Amino acid sequence: MSGDWSYRLREHKGTLLAFVAFVVMFTIYAANHPAGLNANVATTAANKGVLLAIVAMAQTLVVLTSGIDLSVGMVMVLANCLASSIVVGSPVQAALGVLAVLVVGLVCGAINGFIVIYGRLQPIVTTIATGAIFYGVALGLRPVPGGDVETTLADALTGQLPGGIPASLVVLLGLVLVVWLPFRRSVTGRAAYAVGSSEVAAYMSGVPIRRAKFVAYMLSGLLAALAGLFLTFITYTGEASAANGNTYTLYSIAAVVLGGVSLFGGSGSAVGAIFGAFMFRTIGDLLFVFNVEPLWQPLFQGIVLSAAVCLGAVRLLHVRNRLDLYG
Amino acid sequence: MAELRFPTNPPGRAFDGTTHARRRRLDPAIAWAFGCIALVLLIGSLYSSSFLSPQYLLQQLKVASFLGVIATGAMIVILLGQIDLSVPWVVAVGGMMATAATGWGAFGEALAIPIGVGCGIALGIVNGIGVAYLRIPSMVVTLAVNAVAQGLMIVHTGGFSPQDASSRAMRVIATGDSIAGIPNAVIVWAVVGVAAVFLLTRTTFGRTVYAIGNRERAAYLSGARTRRVVMTAFAIAGGLSAFGGVLLAGYASKAAQAMGDPYLLPAIAAVVLGGTSILGGRGNYLGTVAGVILITLLQSILSVMQMPEFGRHVTYGVVIIAMLLIYGRGRRHYD
Repeated sequence: MSGDWSYRLREHKGTLLAFVAFVVMFTIYAANHPAGLNANVATTAANKGVLLAIVAMAQTLVVLTSGIDLSVGMVMVLANCLASSIVVGSPVQAALGVLAVLVVGLVCGAINGFIVIYGRLQPIVTTIATGAIFYGVALGLRPVPGGDVETTLADALTGQLPGGIPASLVVLLGLVLVVWLPFRRSVTGRAAYAVGSSEVAAYMSGVPIRRAKFVAYMLSGLLAALAGLFLTFITYTGEASAANGNTYTLYSIAAVVLGGVSLFGGSGSAVGAIFGAFMFRTIGDLLFVFNVEPLWQPLFQGIVLSAAVCLGAVRLLHVRNRLDLYG
Repeated sequence: MAELRFPTNPPGRAFDGTTHARRRRLDPAIAWAFGCIALVLLIGSLYSSSFLSPQYLLQQLKVASFLGVIATGAMIVILLGQIDLSVPWVVAVGGMMATAATGWGAFGEALAIPIGVGCGIALGIVNGIGVAYLRIPSMVVTLAVNAVAQGLMIVHTGGFSPQDASSRAMRVIATGDSIAGIPNAVIVWAVVGVAAVFLLTRTTFGRTVYAIGNRERAAYLSGARTRRVVMTAFAIAGGLSAFGGVLLAGYASKAAQAMGDPYLLPAIAAVVLGGTSILGGRGNYLGTVAGVILITLLQSILSVMQMPEFGRHVTYGVVIIAMLLIYGRGRRHYD
């Protein structure tokens, strides 16, 4: 049993490290916040963190299959523009609107998956191009920023539960329980890990490669659309901003890396990526708390990101055979 | 990119995957790309007769040369099987540092171009060290370097577009035309292109780049100094991105915050449309030239046709996917 225990520890090392790093950072942040850690501070921090965390989850699913989805940010922007038009009116209308936004996300993911699997194009190029398409559609829907969203629903999901717990954290927990864990435990999820660690071996073992990849891309689109929906709930408007989309795509990759998910695929978990996203957000907040000049914040964020990335080089110390360095 | 890779280069095949007999024939991808250029020109000429006039075409070539210089760097990195996502802010660093140097007086003005390019090379070296020596995936390293470059420039400029104007030399190479009405920018691209072709096909460095793209382990075992080559390739790419920024700053006579943003994806798309494998090891500079011209013409024709902006994005994405589905598909598992 002890062997089993140490194996599990090693398997979840990235996730645990991300969790610990986040807790340490957040403690420093809360301890130094001028207003202390009250419910409002926590809710604002949670909303920002959860938004990135959902996008990071979306990215994780694809990265696990050793792909990459550079269109997640654009799917989010598309969902944001769509939600600001149709998630309005009576509760029934709004609910149908939410459903429509999620279906559009699934379709976007399915398009990516279809082209990557059946078109046999490289994920990186495919998602660059589909990202342009999704952005174009978003721009067509909302040429100028604006729109509205069902406020009761928005406030309920971005506000506080009784007791001051941020509602967004509960939403995130729900996503982990409803989307991530069933995926991770299913045959398809295991196949996604198998494809990521060695596609040839997975193919030879009769693993359902296509299904695994397709489901990963579809769920990625779904989660990205959820993030767009959540963004609408936070901002109450829709905006087809290319800069916003690109930023979230890039941040999602950063969060995935910080969360201990291997970009080569086959190892890591969405939970790690969530803590990676929280960590990335806390870095920005820490700079704010310590009164770093806003001008210097992007530089510090970049340096922290570089430092975290360089930690990946620690594995070089464990390499016994120099040939292992060269893939 | 832990993608399927089979041992390439059976006997009688060159590193770029063409047989010696086939080398004289055009790569189908390049033929397709040139075919599409002809098609775009045809559609354009049906729409407006001025589309085929020499002035218009030279103007397009001039606009294409900025993308061409940047795509040259992107291609060298892609040939290695890596990717450089730091293009946006390295371009901006090139433009901003060159204009800043111009503001330092006569001495700075004379050195504006080397300073801009030098900063790009420095950032490229950082990329290269991360990828080659620390063995971190290039996508992550270049992302981090992009963030740091952005941070540095925001501190440098105070968050606004800098007021410094570009030097006279920068304006001349980007906007002037000296020989027979050919824009200088096109000549600059031609020089960069010829240098790149020479480097890639006639030097040990270039052959090693192709070898590493095919299989780095094999290149290492054959005695190539793979890490040094990878680092140099990233340095060259950084220098070329920054040079692209210098040209853009000369063209607009100043640098701007987000000046590099519209160049990352088109550069990668141009390289890939030109038949270079994103997995590395296979590709021809002529293809990149075709890809750059194709993308520039495509963007131009869509704006000439007064297609709304959203339509332009959608068409752009659809065309890239459609072209790659025609000739850029990967292998099946059982191939």
